[in-house]
Amino acid sequence: MNKILVGLKRVVDYNVRVRVRSDGSGVETDGVKMSINPFDEIALEEALRIRERGEAAEVIVISMGTADAQQQLRTGLAMGADRAILVDAPQGIDPLSRARAFLKVVERESPDLVLLGKQAIDDDNNQTGQMLAALWGRPQATFASAIEFRDGSATVTREVDAGLETIEIDLPAVITADLRLNEPRYVKLPDIMKAKKKPLDTIAIDELGIEAAPAIDEVGFAPPAERQKGIMVDDVAGLVGALKDKGLL
Amino acid sequence: MARILVIAEHDGSSINPSTAKTLGCARDLDGAEIDVAVFAADASALAPEAAALEGVAKVLCVTDAVHAQPLAATVAPQVVELAEAYDYVFGPSTTFGKDLMPRVAALLGVNQVSDIMSVDGPRSFKRPIYAGNAIVSVSVPEGSKVVATVRTASYRAVGTGGTAAIEDVTPAAELPTHTRFVGIKTGASDRPDLQTAATVVSGGRALASAENFELIFKLADTIGAGVGASRAAVDAGYVPNEMQVGQTGKIIAPDLYIAIGISGAIQHLTGIKDAGTIVAINKDEEAPIFEVADIGLVGDLFAVVPELTQALS
Repeated sequence: MNKILVGLKRVVDYNVRVRVRSDGSGVETDGVKMSINPFDEIALEEALRIRERGEAAEVIVISMGTADAQQQLRTGLAMGADRAILVDAPQGIDPLSRARAFLKVVERESPDLVLLGKQAIDDDNNQTGQMLAALWGRPQATFASAIEFRDGSATVTREVDAGLETIEIDLPAVITADLRLNEPRYVKLPDIMKAKKKPLDTIAIDELGIEAAPAIDEVGFAPPAERQKGIMVDDVAGLVGALKDKGLL
Repeated sequence: MARILVIAEHDGSSINPSTAKTLGCARDLDGAEIDVAVFAADASALAPEAAALEGVAKVLCVTDAVHAQPLAATVAPQVVELAEAYDYVFGPSTTFGKDLMPRVAALLGVNQVSDIMSVDGPRSFKRPIYAGNAIVSVSVPEGSKVVATVRTASYRAVGTGGTAAIEDVTPAAELPTHTRFVGIKTGASDRPDLQTAATVVSGGRALASAENFELIFKLADTIGAGVGASRAAVDAGYVPNEMQVGQTGKIIAPDLYIAIGISGAIQHLTGIKDAGTIVAINKDEEAPIFEVADIGLVGDLFAVVPELTQALS
C-alpha cells in the first residue's frame, strides 16, 4: 500500500463534562480542553501500525476546521504521521460538506485507504466515513475491530449488534475505527519536537470547489432530562421489597 | 401527504424489533403514509411480518441473492432509487442503520438527522449530542428529503395486526461487487434479546473474571432477563462485545435495569437513561451509578447476587 489518509477531528476532550450554555445557544466550549476525537486517534494508531508492519509507505493526517485544528494535526504528527493537511473550513461544517471536501483531497492524494473514527464524540453524527465512501463509490467497513490486508483487499471484523461480522472489501476503501481496534500510543516529548519540522499544508475549502450541502439547522440546545436520585436499601430483603412495591416482581 | 419509507432490519428469518420502533417514530409525523422496504434473499417470511406492523401502508420487497446479508454498499443504491417517491427515509439507529443510512443520505445529496429522539414538527427533531449530555433541536431545510436514523430506545414498538399490501419491486441500480460478506460470529443464546428485554441484568468490571460473570447469568435466568455488560467488562474480555451497554454499545430502555458492579461511567449511563427503573448494586457507595439509580444497595456483589438469586427463585 502506498498511502493511508487519516481524518482527525478537533473535539472537546472526552474527560470534559460538557455543559449547555444557559441561554441554550450551544455547548460551552470557551476555555475547554480540546483533543483529537478518540475514535480518530484509534484510526491513526492503526494506520501507523500498518505502516510500521511495512504494509504502507506513508500516513497523512487531515483535519477540517479552523486554524486551531493545527494543534491536533501536530499531535497526529507527533504520534508518527508523515505529513498533515488542514482544510481551512468554518467551525462545525456539516458532515456532507465535510465528505465532499474530503473526497477532493482523496482525488488529489489517491490513498489506498482512508481511516476515520466511527463517529466524533461532539456531534455524535456517525456519518462522514460512510458519506465519503458513498461519494467515492468505494467500499466502507464501519465499526472495525480488526483489519488484515491481502492482495489489494482488506478483511475487516466489524462490531455489530449481533456480534462480530467479517467482510472483505477491495481497496481503495474507507474503514472507520471502533474502540477495540487498538490502544493508541502516548506521544513522547522528542516526538513533539520532531513533529514541528514535519510538513503541514493548509488548503482553503473554497479552493476545493465543492458544492455546499443543505445544512441541518441547529435551532436550540438543552440539557438532558435528569434522572432523580432514588432510595437506598440496606439489604437484599429491602431490595426485593422495593421491587415488589414498584410492581416489578 | 408526506410519504415515509422505513428500511426494515432483519436477520434473514425475522424482522428486527428496531423496525417496529422506527415505525413508532415515523408515526409521530402527522398524516404521513408509511411504507416499509425489505431487502432480502428470500422475503417469504419477512414480508408478511413487516406487513403486519401497525401503520404500514405497503411493504416493498426487493428480493435478490446478494441481499442474503444486507450490506450498506449494495443496499444503499437501491434505497436511493426507491427514495425518489418519498419525502422521508428512516432507518433504525442500530449498527445496521448507522452503517447504511449515511451512505443513502450522501447519494441523495443531503445530510442525515442521526438518532431522532423526538419529532417536533414535519422537519423538526430532537437528537442527543455529546454522549447525551446535550439535546439539540434541529430543523431540516425545506425542499430536501429527510434522511434519518431513529434512536430506538426513545420509541415503543408499534403493534401487529396490520394488513399492508406486499409489492415486489426490482430497482435497476447496478450493484457493486467490491464489498463481500464473509461471516458473522454471534454468541447465540436463549436469553431474551438485550435490546428488547423487559428486564436486563448487567455486570461490570467488579465481576473480575469471565467465570464470575456466571453469577450475572444465573440471576438473569432466574428472572427471565437479558444480559448486558459495561464497556470495562467487555474490554477485560469477560463477555463479548455484543453485550456492551452504553454510548458505544447498545442503548436500551428496559422496564427494569439491574447494574451490578458497574460504577456508572457517563458513557454507560447514556445507554440506560431511558430505563423504567434502575437498580444499582455496588460496594462503593460513592459510585456515580447511585446518582441515577431508583433503588441502590451498597454491598459486595459476591454476597448480594447469590442471595438475590436465591430470594427470587
